[in-house]
Amino acid sequence: MSSAPDSRDPDHLHLAVALDGTGWHPASWREPVARPGDLFTAGYWADQVAEAERGLLDFVTFEDGLGPQSSRLLEPDDRTDQVRGRLDAVLVAARVAPLTRHIGLVPTVVATHTEPFHISKAIATLDYVSTGRAGLRVRISARPDEAAHFGRRTIGRIEAPDSPDAQELVGDLLDEAADHVEVVRRLWDSWEDDAEIRDRATGRFIDRDKLHYIDFEGRFFSVKGPSITPRPPQGQPLVTALGHRTLPYRLIARQADLGYVTPHDPEQARAIVAEIRAEQEAAGRAGQALHLFGDLLVFLDDSRAAAAARRERLDALAGEPYTGDARIFTGTAAELADLLEEFAAAGLTGFRLRPAVAGHDLPRVSRDLVPELQRRGRFRTAYEADTLRGLLGLARPANRYAAAAATAV
Amino acid sequence: MSKPLKQIHLAAHFPGVNNTTVWSDPAAGSHIEFDSFAHFARTAERAKFDFLFLAEGLRLREQGGKIYDLDVVGRPDTFTVLAALAAVTDRLGLTGTINSTFNEPYEVARQFASLDHLSGGRSAWNVVTSWDAFTGENFRRGGFLPQEERYSRAKEFLATANELFDSFGAGEILADQATGTFLRDAKAGAFVHQGQHFDIHGRFNVPRSPQGRPVIFQAGDSDEGREFAASGADAIFSRYAGLAEGRAFYADVKGRLAKYGRRPDQLLILPAATFVLGDTDAEAAELAREVRRQQVSGATALKHLEFVWNRDLSAYDPEGPLPDVDPVVSEEHISRGRAQVRMYRDPVAIAREWRQLAEANKWSIRDLVINTGNRQTFVGAPESVARSINEFVQADASDGFILVPHITPGGLDPFADKVVPLLQEQGVFRADYEGTTLRDHLGLAHPDSGAPAAERAAS
Repeated sequence: MSSAPDSRDPDHLHLAVALDGTGWHPASWREPVARPGDLFTAGYWADQVAEAERGLLDFVTFEDGLGPQSSRLLEPDDRTDQVRGRLDAVLVAARVAPLTRHIGLVPTVVATHTEPFHISKAIATLDYVSTGRAGLRVRISARPDEAAHFGRRTIGRIEAPDSPDAQELVGDLLDEAADHVEVVRRLWDSWEDDAEIRDRATGRFIDRDKLHYIDFEGRFFSVKGPSITPRPPQGQPLVTALGHRTLPYRLIARQADLGYVTPHDPEQARAIVAEIRAEQEAAGRAGQALHLFGDLLVFLDDSRAAAAARRERLDALAGEPYTGDARIFTGTAAELADLLEEFAAAGLTGFRLRPAVAGHDLPRVSRDLVPELQRRGRFRTAYEADTLRGLLGLARPANRYAAAAATAV
Repeated sequence: MSKPLKQIHLAAHFPGVNNTTVWSDPAAGSHIEFDSFAHFARTAERAKFDFLFLAEGLRLREQGGKIYDLDVVGRPDTFTVLAALAAVTDRLGLTGTINSTFNEPYEVARQFASLDHLSGGRSAWNVVTSWDAFTGENFRRGGFLPQEERYSRAKEFLATANELFDSFGAGEILADQATGTFLRDAKAGAFVHQGQHFDIHGRFNVPRSPQGRPVIFQAGDSDEGREFAASGADAIFSRYAGLAEGRAFYADVKGRLAKYGRRPDQLLILPAATFVLGDTDAEAAELAREVRRQQVSGATALKHLEFVWNRDLSAYDPEGPLPDVDPVVSEEHISRGRAQVRMYRDPVAIAREWRQLAEANKWSIRDLVINTGNRQTFVGAPESVARSINEFVQADASDGFILVPHITPGGLDPFADKVVPLLQEQGVFRADYEGTTLRDHLGLAHPDSGAPAAERAAS
């Protein structure tokens, strides 16, 4: 199969951690290790990312949204007993970039309400300030209240997720996100790598034949280009997206370098991988590398009983059992390593772990799980590349416009 | 009793994408690698400057239908590079230019509030406007805004952003683990804004930042721009670095504050200024002449003449006389994405005047552009430059300067090493930072306090 990426060691798994506030469990902020009062400081985020880098992880993602967090899927709530409020994810990533050296930094961006021109130069700049470690995780927003924060469009309330109206709305938002990513990617390529010439003889700073209008015209918007920011160090920073069903799988297959999926067992993983690989082929990308990472929410302790007890305690504090899209794992690092190996055998190339409590489960990942995987020969023992694409075994892509210009000659 | 000496405010403008910046100098480094920004910011902080300033442009300039290639081209995203600079500095203010036409208040307010949190209270926003469809081609909405509405949109944008900043009060985040109360009030962040340009409501999602709101800069020079600044800005990035015109501008703008119930010290006037230092005044003058020749090559001179003539002059010899033909007067301009060309309101008269100047002085095209263009503000030995800056500020021609070095990234270093110590010796520039936030450095009140930090400390 040509679509799985080349990795430096084919036995190695890839690992990322998803950072979100004090952790993914809504009561995580109540834990003594949680530091909820520091959530809006740079120091908190610097410490989280340093811990992940200590574990030699491929990258961290930063959750984000254009409205307050909510216990409800598509509307705000009025709760005061959970973490509400967050800092802009791109800026948090940029703030920690100079403090880290190897780990990839992947903030969330919302395609529905943002300008692809701004997002493209922001992620390109993140790639510059991190010298080649930037990516993005693209998402849509179907929340009517978030649309009202912008006042540029109205998004109807989804009553039943499987109704034709809901499917059409989500389909449109995902098509728009695919166009958004297409513009972001074209803008990254709108400068050829050697466009800056500094030719003293003719007084030209750039060779303008190596800058390109992208002339994107789509169903939802058009963008002229070129970018104001030169092509970033990785050429194309990493594009990632999360999907739970066919329509988002299609976005992953069309536009992403890496997709996050949420199988609850290896059988489901196999089916999802097959579906996305088929979509990838249908999109004409069969030969291109596309990572598929499994998302898991993790409670890691020295015994399965301790992890389960911690989960129960947090559920009790929250007033209800926490359920989410991803499988919830409770157990030891060795048991998690077993599970990851099973999932990997089903075709997943890596994992994005969501720490239930960041202050507890993130160090368990970096200090327990990683050594366990290393003992099994399934994880790197030192960073082997300087860029995020390099860590993931992805080549630096040729520039689409340079390639076109070369063909035309 | 003699008037106490004013304290000078100094800031550093990262060299921009125009011909002030000499990229051809052997000392000129990268304009895009983060190391250049970090070096520049560290120098500014070492010199105890108030802040670093970043400009912005959202479409590459064109001339004659082609991307303009003689100046530095390419720059980073403003917010992203400022957030990264917060990691390599501790006190330096971080001022970014952000356009109010091609952004939305919710997102910009989030970004500035986030930058303020991530920098411990050092963010500032230079609010600019544009309307041109040329820039609009890079954005989802296109060129949607009529020229006459750009200030009304900017004003409403700023007012709306302020409502968002203020939607969270101080102390809204309790994060009380014992009682399980994270937010003090379920309605924290609630806002409703209905106006001509924005009709939005909902919940803001960034808690109140250390400065409450970012410091607000304004840079426009029109009557509307001055009024906009007087009504709501904390500082003006002005262009008047000559003594007489500086005093006139200073008096004009400070005079507009009373009708908004504001005091003269609530709006700082900070002109852009360039400098060339030498061991002696004579050496600096000679260096300045060389720098001007680097800034205006023959090719650049022809392009600058085209700003006025509005026609292709590539067939002319830059070392020869000015064109006999008259400028083309048209709404369509040969140069796009450059605000400067709008200053030439009567091109035919300017052309006539320049021809006379050139004839009288025996100037070539290049000589003319060198001599009529932006000459350096301060040229001299460090003692002379320090004296001039101080005289300028004490004469109420400004409250300080935003210095624009012509070399990236090291162009600020000689100023930091040689001029700043002299100003410190004279007691007109801080020997060290006294506060932690940009408002502290600028002597501006926190929006929640009603009084500047110094007054709060004294009372």
